[in-house]
Amino acid sequence: MLSKPNFPALELKNFHFQWPGQQAFTLDIPAVSLAVGQHLFIRGASGSGKTTLLNLLCGIHTLTKGEILIGGQQFQPLSGAKRDAMRARNIGVVFQQLNLISYLSVLDNVLLAAEFAGKALPEAKTRAKSLLTALGMSETLWHKPAQQLSVGQQQRVAIARALLNEPALLIADEPTSALDADNRDAFIRLLLSEADRCATTVIFVSHDAQLAGFFGVMLQMDNLAAGVVLTNITANTPTNTTTNTLSASTGESATC
Amino acid sequence: MLIRLARQSLWNRRGTALMTLLSLVISIALLLGIDHLRLEAKRSFTSTVSGTDLIVGARSGQLNLLLYSVFRLGNATNNISWQHYQQIKQHPQVKWSIPLALGDSHRGFRVIGTTDDYFRFFRYGQQQQLEFASGQAFADVYQTVLGAAVADKLGYQLGEQIILSHGVGAVSFSQHKDQPFTVVGILAPTGTPVDQSVHVSLAGIEAIHRGWQGGAPAFGKQPKLSDTELAALQPKVITGFMLGLKSKVATFALQRQINEFKAEPLTAILPGAALAELWQMLSMVENLLLLVTLLVLIAALIGMMTTLLAAMKERQREMAILRAVGARPWQLFWLIELEVLCLTLLSIAGALATLTAALWLAQPLLSSQYGLVISIWPWHAHTGTLLAALTGISLVLGAIPSYLTYRQSVAQGLVVRL
Repeated sequence: MLSKPNFPALELKNFHFQWPGQQAFTLDIPAVSLAVGQHLFIRGASGSGKTTLLNLLCGIHTLTKGEILIGGQQFQPLSGAKRDAMRARNIGVVFQQLNLISYLSVLDNVLLAAEFAGKALPEAKTRAKSLLTALGMSETLWHKPAQQLSVGQQQRVAIARALLNEPALLIADEPTSALDADNRDAFIRLLLSEADRCATTVIFVSHDAQLAGFFGVMLQMDNLAAGVVLTNITANTPTNTTTNTLSASTGESATC
Repeated sequence: MLIRLARQSLWNRRGTALMTLLSLVISIALLLGIDHLRLEAKRSFTSTVSGTDLIVGARSGQLNLLLYSVFRLGNATNNISWQHYQQIKQHPQVKWSIPLALGDSHRGFRVIGTTDDYFRFFRYGQQQQLEFASGQAFADVYQTVLGAAVADKLGYQLGEQIILSHGVGAVSFSQHKDQPFTVVGILAPTGTPVDQSVHVSLAGIEAIHRGWQGGAPAFGKQPKLSDTELAALQPKVITGFMLGLKSKVATFALQRQINEFKAEPLTAILPGAALAELWQMLSMVENLLLLVTLLVLIAALIGMMTTLLAAMKERQREMAILRAVGARPWQLFWLIELEVLCLTLLSIAGALATLTAALWLAQPLLSSQYGLVISIWPWHAHTGTLLAALTGISLVLGAIPSYLTYRQSVAQGLVVRL
């Protein structure tokens, strides 16, 4: 875990992106700073650039200008291979659905994260088991092929994988879209509580504004053009701040 | 870890993987099999006769002479008079000679009239002498020595009586019924046309044709001959003969002398040179066959590539997940290449096993039907290189879907558009 209390979990500075050779679409975020354990909700309709932002935050695409720091460490600009290595160790990703490789067992799916991060397997295995247990996945399911699980179960396994390496960031792309309302809320609570235990900052992307209530701050894709970056959800007033002063409310000495 | 992923991913798609594997196994087995048969046939072929310096027959092409004298194929153009044979035999350079009188058969197997010098001087393979599996050489007019395949296929034992037919067809209308021959010897298998031959003495050939004229039996009953009269029978003509010389250096001189023999138009050939020429003719066919096999193999490899390309679409999700957990694009490239490698190596192992099993099953048939003795393990000096090259080609072809996967994973990122 790279994030130290003194460093923000995620920092964006003069973030600017546009597709090479295209002028129509640009993505600009002057400055964002997320403290450790602070969770961000990114809301945007389809076509608003959510996917692009996500790929940029994961280090798949390269920023045109600006910087991304994770736990105080330079993430962009950085070479592709180093970004891949950083992602393996410091970012967990949960997709909309079909998060698991269908032919691997539940446990092997979780352990993928450790293998690509180059972590010792025996320790990772112990940790994977305790995470799965904490997420309500009973031992009988561990060796089942992932394709035999229900959607809700698959998403929980995805959380276990995303948190296995105690990453600074967990990026979730509409992970609840395949769940019904009750399961959805339970899923988000579970995700956030497990993330809190690991002092992991969750970035949750969705089109559904109803979910904003679970998170501390919100980023509206539509407002980016107007220069509004982060909205404090508890206060529920748009702030045009470039330096976000929200302090970490959780995360101190949180272990998992 | 990539290896394990590749293995499990292949297992997950075992239906299509098995089909790909099957087509590769068949084409690799075909390639190795044809290569093996080619080399084994060449070995078997060139070892049909050895130690013979010259083969002499009536004037004809050297291939024709070689085919009827050594391979028992086709017919002689003409005969050689006994008198001239004796004359050449007396040449100071001649160490031994084996006369051959052809033209009769027994149930499809050629009959060779010769002397017991045949069993003493004829050599095949690495200067190997003919050996008797049982019995001994013929000593009397109506005795015969069978090749291993003849005895085996027709189920003959020592002491059995057989009837020779005139002509070389499997079915003959004129049989030498009144004069049966007794089997007194059976030769050990040699893997050469000797196995397919029925050997009798020249006197025996003469005895069954006594009184014949123009290739047809004489009218009326021929007077029975006493044993001494029979033994004294001398042929008037033979079909050809083999010569062993005292000095190899004299071979060309004697060949020339025979070719320029005034009293009768004769041809003398060097069996080694003739075999090489014949083999060269056959190798055209063999090379063509090899080429076709190679094309079949390439088709199979392209088939594998197509399967991998077709799977790319359904594997986008898998690749995105691997990217999300930190896989580098080149690791995805190698994941696909490892699958290709896995399939290729499995196919090679499968092909070797299939081929060995097939050869093991076919060996008795090949040796009894065609006199081809073939080793069942299809491995030659260059087979390793061949298989390495094959693996290389499959990796190069596999690089296409691998590279596309690589590019897709770089361009598309984590979000799969379905």
